[in-house]
Parts: sequence; structure tokens; C-alpha cells
Amino acid sequence: MSNAVSALQGASFDGYCKVEEAGLVGMITLRGDLSSAGVAKAVKAATGAAMPGQGEITEGAKGRAGWMSPDELLLIVDHAKAADFVAAASKSLAKEHALVVNVSDARAVYRVTGDAVREVLAKLSPADTAAMVPGQIRRTRIAQIPAAFYLTDEKTAELICFRSVAQYAFDILKDAAMSGGEVGV
Amino acid sequence: MLILECPYCGVVADETDLHGGGEAHLKRFGPGSSDEDFQTYLFHRANPKGVHFERWRHVSGCGKWFHAARNTMTLEVYGTYSAQTYEPPKAIINAVIKKHPEWEGYK
Ligand SMILES: [Zn+2]
Repeated sequence: MSNAVSALQGASFDGYCKVEEAGLVGMITLRGDLSSAGVAKAVKAATGAAMPGQGEITEGAKGRAGWMSPDELLLIVDHAKAADFVAAASKSLAKEHALVVNVSDARAVYRVTGDAVREVLAKLSPADTAAMVPGQIRRTRIAQIPAAFYLTDEKTAELICFRSVAQYAFDILKDAAMSGGEVGV
Repeated sequence: MLILECPYCGVVADETDLHGGGEAHLKRFGPGSSDEDFQTYLFHRANPKGVHFERWRHVSGCGKWFHAARNTMTLEVYGTYSAQTYEPPKAIINAVIKKHPEWEGYK
């Protein structure tokens, strides 16, 4: 296989918050009955994380599991291991009505860090970022594109979008985080 | 700005996160129906000034369709509910009646 590269290969920008492309991130879409024991087992095997409840993202030793809809999860894992996890989960869920797909290379991931990380996101999205706490994931839009984001701590957010709009996402994140653009100054 | 709670995510989303799908609870008339029924199904829609039942999709969120009961004049929202129903649930009807005892009712 050819050498995998992420959309913007780790591009970064320093404003009043820092915006970095996170590089290669493994991502698996898992659709199925989220109340089934088999799905919970597959989530645990891939990420080490517990099954997330509505709107939650859980963390385990090997990755995260985000609640995307009543029948969909996003598993965030090591990029190099995503294909193996998909193969293993497809096998363990073979008898269930479930779907497991490696979407790593269809996505781009950004990390935004800084005291005002919520403000940067709030400039772009209709989500109430002031009310968000680490452990929650929100699927929404940033400007004109769909995106999902979550806080890993009070000063760090990770944002996922489609790879086809990676440059657009980076540009609007840079614009929102530009020095001099602080909110309430 | 219209704000609706998605019954699947529990997310309170404004209309820029959503996509409107028009009047709810239409009965489909397909092959074999009369021309008149088919025409009505395709083209005739209620356009009330007041209580209205609509379909919405949480398009940049979970992607699911759901129903909303709202007031087209005041933008007041009486509630949102699952797409898997042919008519508004009792709780939604009650919420409308509580606000508008004179409401002529659903249908
Ligand atoms: Zn939703």
C-alpha cells in the first residue's frame, strides 16, 4: 500500500488559540443496535472504552468511542490499527445487523488549543459551546460544512470533518482563532 | 430563529442545523389511486396561520427525520416527536390544547 498521508500533513497556525491538523487518525464508523452486547464488546475491543450514552464520547486505553446517532458510533483509534479493528469487529458482529467501515482516510481532524477554545468553536457553529463539557460530542456544522467536535479538557477541542473540505475547515478555524479576533475585548 | 430539540439526540438545534421537510402526516396515494387523490397528495399542503405539524431533519447532526409541532405565526414550539408515528402523540396534542383551548384540532 502507498504511504498514507493526512489531508494537510500536520499544518498548524498560532493565533489566540492554536489550530493544528492532527495528522493521521484512525476512524471507524460502526452502525448497529447500540443496546446489543455484541456492539459493546466490539467497541471495548477496538478502543477499550465503555459504550457512550446519547451525546457522549468515552475514552479507553486504545481510543475513543463517540455517539453519533441512535444507531451509529464513531471509534477513534490508532490509524495503523484501524483496518485490523474493522476486520475483527466485522467478524465478531457477523451475525448481527451491523456495519463497520474504516473511514480514516475520508476525514480530517483538527486540534484547537487555548483558553478561549470554546469561543473559537462558537464563532463557527450554532452549538452552545459554553455549555459543553469534556465527555460530550456534538455533531453540527462549522460555517458551511458538517463537523463534529468534543473537548478533551477545558483548553483543548478536537474537530472532525470530511477530508474533501479539510482546507476550508483549516482556513475558517484559522480565521476564527486569529490574534486580535478575541471575543469580548 | 427557530430552535427545535431533536428527539433522537436530545440536542437543541437551531434551524441552521436542520432541514425542513414540509407538512407532516401526509397519507401517500400511489399507483392505483384516483387522479384526484394523487394530485392532492402531490401538490396540496396545509398552510395554516397557527398550529402546524411538520417534518424536520437533523441534517448536520444525527441525520434523522423527526416531527415538530409549532405555531407558524408566533414560532412557538409545542414539542418534537419521533418520525415513527402516523399522527401526533397525545402529549403534543395536549400541549397545543393547553395553549389554545379553541384550537380546532388535528386534521
Ligand atoms: Zn438529532
